[in-house]
Amino acid sequence: MFGYEFYVDPSRCIGCQSCVNACAECETHRGTPMIHVDYLDRANSISTVPFVCMHCDDPTCAKVCPADAIKKTEDGVVQSSLKPRCIACSNCVLACPFGIPKMMTELEQMMKCDMCYDRTSEGKRPMCATVCPSQALAYVPREQIERMRRDKPTNVFVFGKQRVTTKVFMMIPPERDALSVDVADYMWEAKT
Amino acid sequence: MAKAPLPVETLIERYGPHLNYAPPGGWRDESRHPADRLVKTHCCFCGQQCGIQLKVRGDQVIGFEPWEEFPFNKGMLCPKGVKRYLQANHPDRLLDPLLRTENGFRVATWDEALDFTAHRLREIQGRHGKDAVAIYGGASLTTEKSYLLGKFARVALGTRHIDYNGRLCMVSAGTAYKLAFGVDRSPIPWSDIPNAQVLLIAGSNVAECSPITTDYVWRCRDNGGKLIVIDPRMTPITRNADLYLPVRPGMDVVLLMSLLHVILRDGLEDREFIAKYTSGFEPIAESVKQYDPKRAAELTGVPPDSIEKAAHWFGEADRAIALHARGIEHQSKGVENCSAIINLCLATGNLGREGAGCAMITGQGNGQGGREHGQKCDQLPGQRQIDDPEARAHVAKVWGILPEEIPQAGLSAQEIMNAIHAGEIKALLSMCFNPLVSLPNADFTRQALEKLEFFGVVDFFLSETAHHADVVLAGSLQEEDEGVTASVEGRVIHIQKAVDPPGNARVDWEIYCDLARRLGKEKFFPYKSSRDIFGELREASRGGHADYYGITYEKIDRQMGVFWPCPSLDHPGTPRLFEDLKSLHRDGKFRFVPTPYRESGDPVNEEFPVYLTTGRVVSQYLSGTQTRRIGALVDQYPEPRVEIHPRLAQEHGIKDGDWVSITSRRAEIILRAMVVRTIRPDTVFIPYHWAGTKSANKLTHRTLDPRSKIPEFKVSACRIRKAPNPPEWAQDGNVKTS
Repeated sequence: MFGYEFYVDPSRCIGCQSCVNACAECETHRGTPMIHVDYLDRANSISTVPFVCMHCDDPTCAKVCPADAIKKTEDGVVQSSLKPRCIACSNCVLACPFGIPKMMTELEQMMKCDMCYDRTSEGKRPMCATVCPSQALAYVPREQIERMRRDKPTNVFVFGKQRVTTKVFMMIPPERDALSVDVADYMWEAKT
Repeated sequence: MAKAPLPVETLIERYGPHLNYAPPGGWRDESRHPADRLVKTHCCFCGQQCGIQLKVRGDQVIGFEPWEEFPFNKGMLCPKGVKRYLQANHPDRLLDPLLRTENGFRVATWDEALDFTAHRLREIQGRHGKDAVAIYGGASLTTEKSYLLGKFARVALGTRHIDYNGRLCMVSAGTAYKLAFGVDRSPIPWSDIPNAQVLLIAGSNVAECSPITTDYVWRCRDNGGKLIVIDPRMTPITRNADLYLPVRPGMDVVLLMSLLHVILRDGLEDREFIAKYTSGFEPIAESVKQYDPKRAAELTGVPPDSIEKAAHWFGEADRAIALHARGIEHQSKGVENCSAIINLCLATGNLGREGAGCAMITGQGNGQGGREHGQKCDQLPGQRQIDDPEARAHVAKVWGILPEEIPQAGLSAQEIMNAIHAGEIKALLSMCFNPLVSLPNADFTRQALEKLEFFGVVDFFLSETAHHADVVLAGSLQEEDEGVTASVEGRVIHIQKAVDPPGNARVDWEIYCDLARRLGKEKFFPYKSSRDIFGELREASRGGHADYYGITYEKIDRQMGVFWPCPSLDHPGTPRLFEDLKSLHRDGKFRFVPTPYRESGDPVNEEFPVYLTTGRVVSQYLSGTQTRRIGALVDQYPEPRVEIHPRLAQEHGIKDGDWVSITSRRAEIILRAMVVRTIRPDTVFIPYHWAGTKSANKLTHRTLDPRSKIPEFKVSACRIRKAPNPPEWAQDGNVKTS
């Protein structure tokens, strides 16, 4: 769908698991969801977060794969491991900064969210973003997200010294440009 | 007489709930074959009535596809909607009528089952009078079925006792809206919500009970709107609340009156609106004087500053909307709570304009449509009052009977159960209602069911209540028949038939027509299709408040729903009520209604010092008859847990995951603790979807709101302690049952 992008806004998530349930309906991995929703800390909060693959421009999962089994399509979608190549080593599972790939031990293959390649390649929206009742997961034109949301999309994430850019956008407060998770990124350190 | 014929465990083994995880043929093989067709219809569950496309192959529903063009939900669905197709082709599905034997139930022919039912109903009415038989209906039924049930009770049986499980849902709001506006419908379409500058949500777990509404709420905030949430629990929508008011259970009316107190004290009211368009303001202004924020804070547990702030936001906004649901309605002063919300809107002139007003969030699938056309004990089709001679004359003419032949108002749902318990009502015919799980004080309900001389059930699964039946008539799922429902917005929508009922199960209206024939009333039930019933319903509703005369199935399909009232075929329908600033009362005024505080019918005291409140979780629906049979939904929340604040938990030495005994004045149950800071420390919460020893409604009480007759599910008293042992159902380690 030309001009459509995938946006994740964790602050909208209500933890209903509609995305996870709908993901499991997929024609290609029937009965098994490729995404997940977590409570941050249920004892202290009702806050939940949905996790879909962020589809990195330079995917860490692919970089650490010793079997060269993880490929990215021309349009930037990072796919599940290639079954003939995958050695089920779980390097990708451990290395992904977003915690996305899943090792399907019974299949001896890493599988992950491919942004519903079967749907998007036919002009349909990804299933999770279509059903999401809170639109914490949204697949809409950039112009629409900028017009309708308070927050601002970014696809730049800083994990300490690793800077990751992604196909999928995350909504962050409007005064920020990138999302950094490391305290060091907020410190001033004298250059030596 | 109507004791369950076998131990519950045996009945469950035979009739479920069993868990269905996969479409017909399983995930991998047969289900890979594509669908023959997509049927544009609606979800069978809550009052949002989301548009959905069912994937059908042959005579089986095999999956779903989002319906993105339907304007209300634009493809969005909650997990119940995503998995709803798994109720079809379910191993528990009733495929034949059942007759009770000494050893359980046996399969019967339709002639046998219907002859027996008609014979028993006639016999009991002959012996004890017509009103010895009562009818229970359901608010998940299509409007055609609801209408038919009302006519069946009054014309075929001649009993005045017909009521429905919407009595546990929308009646407090309905009563309050009728008192204030003269009509029982939310005045606003949902598209107004994002345009409000202030959104007040009282007693509504929007994210779990009406999930699609969440997006409307978030859009309101994205547009700069402020969100105020009133609830004893932090529910998921509270994560983005600009102001959270953690009200003490049962004290909502005091909090709402205090908001009006501040608004009037600080001159934030709309004097012109009050003077021109309303009546009864002065006594209300007087009544709220006693609740200054400090006094209200002492009673409600909400800080005075928060009350001041909420009142100022609501009073100063040009456009404010107040949404409410069962949290404030399931109380013995449920009507007063809703009236207090309406009073706030009237005092601030928030009505009849885009982005301004109040709305009840309907809970059940056809909660709105199911109460408009005759299965409510005091109403006739078109939302007409049954004691209004003009209304009786109109409906009698449509039905081809004399007005005096229509019985007067009968008892409400809980009152019917009370009368059964008292031996006054001897027979019950119940359709898609599971009172053993959904009515308060489940042990009382069980005793009542055991006293019935005859109990007939029309349903598609054998619910816990149906264990007590003498005859079970295998009816149809929503997707097996055509009809209409009215959604939360008052939008009348078209339910399409996707498949035929399986086995020997039948569509519900045929069952009632055949029963009517056996009762000698065939000529009043000549229908050949749901469409015939809808045609008659249009006439019966004509000129009433809920006027459907101008609605046709084709018009609904063309317009993606028609908002009632729609009095003529060229009328587009009425998305927003009161744009002319006139109520439907004879004087055209909106009425302020007094809202005096009353104590709960089950007050906390030293012996029972903790408030108990009940509600829903996102993956389950009502009494769980359908959703406790769907694997993924059960896995998401497998068993009821009791939510306890760590402060209260610590007092009792309870840790997260411990077994906790909860005892009310009625009963004791044992559930696992969920220790969370997201609930008031003086309150515990239990979801009510389960039966037997997991049933929250074993604990709740039968106090009713005197006008709406809704039970006070949201305020009970209890005590808790750490349980020395797990409950019996968990001792074999088999916890994951539904």
